[in-house]
Amino acid sequence: MKRGDTIELRVTPDRYVTDRYAGASGDFNPIHIDDELARQVGLPGRILHGLWTMAQLARAHTDAAGGPEKLKRLTVQFRSVGVPREEVVVTATVREANDVTVVDSQAVQSGRRIIRHGVAELRR
Amino acid sequence: MQVTTQAVGKRYPPLSYLVGREKIREYASAVGETNQLHHDLEAARRAGYADLVAPPMFAVVYAGRAVALAMFDPDVGLDYSLLVHVSQEFEWGPLVVAGDEVMTVTTVAEISERAGRGFYVFRTDSTNQRGECVCSGIWTEMVREAP
Repeated sequence: MKRGDTIELRVTPDRYVTDRYAGASGDFNPIHIDDELARQVGLPGRILHGLWTMAQLARAHTDAAGGPEKLKRLTVQFRSVGVPREEVVVTATVREANDVTVVDSQAVQSGRRIIRHGVAELRR
Repeated sequence: MQVTTQAVGKRYPPLSYLVGREKIREYASAVGETNQLHHDLEAARRAGYADLVAPPMFAVVYAGRAVALAMFDPDVGLDYSLLVHVSQEFEWGPLVVAGDEVMTVTTVAEISERAGRGFYVFRTDSTNQRGECVCSGIWTEMVREAP
């Protein structure tokens, strides 16, 4: 990968993705699996796990870089909440490609940035 | 909200996690990973790995259990239903494969209050059975005001 290269990944989480991710990850916070409780605490309904969305950034990078061993570091800020059944668009741009490759990224859903300031370091 | 900072610096006993093949497949499917290293044992072995390879973000499985020890600790005292994940950082060493036993130590790095919100920063350090650091994580959580 060289400076200025871009990566894009589009994925639409289905309505049960948070149930599957809760089971897979062990994070059963009810805001991700219980619409009623989520609304009681001021959310639009069940919301995506931020770490599920971060995993979409991670796989965008490892797919583009050639495998999981390439990912050295990934840091993100979670911004607005993500919801099921709306397309998530991950975009990333290579900032520098020297000893390590540094990539900036974000995730957007219906115009809302749900992850911002994603920064990855990839091994050569 | 009032935060209590007595738990800052607290370190929890190491939590051991034995990585299973089917757990890797379950996790990889839940996040949409299609790389065969995470699904197909023969593909992983052909690529030189001892067993099925965990995606890097599988760290949430072995380290998430350890950070939960701190998040549910009454000394930390955060309200789980008002929790918002603010930011996350992971740095990875050698890949984790099925059969690895990963030990994770969690530390409460910081607790603070800003504009009526509580901020909690946890650190996890995970090592495999050979003592290699496979992942370190910085988990930053915020507790919102009740609606």
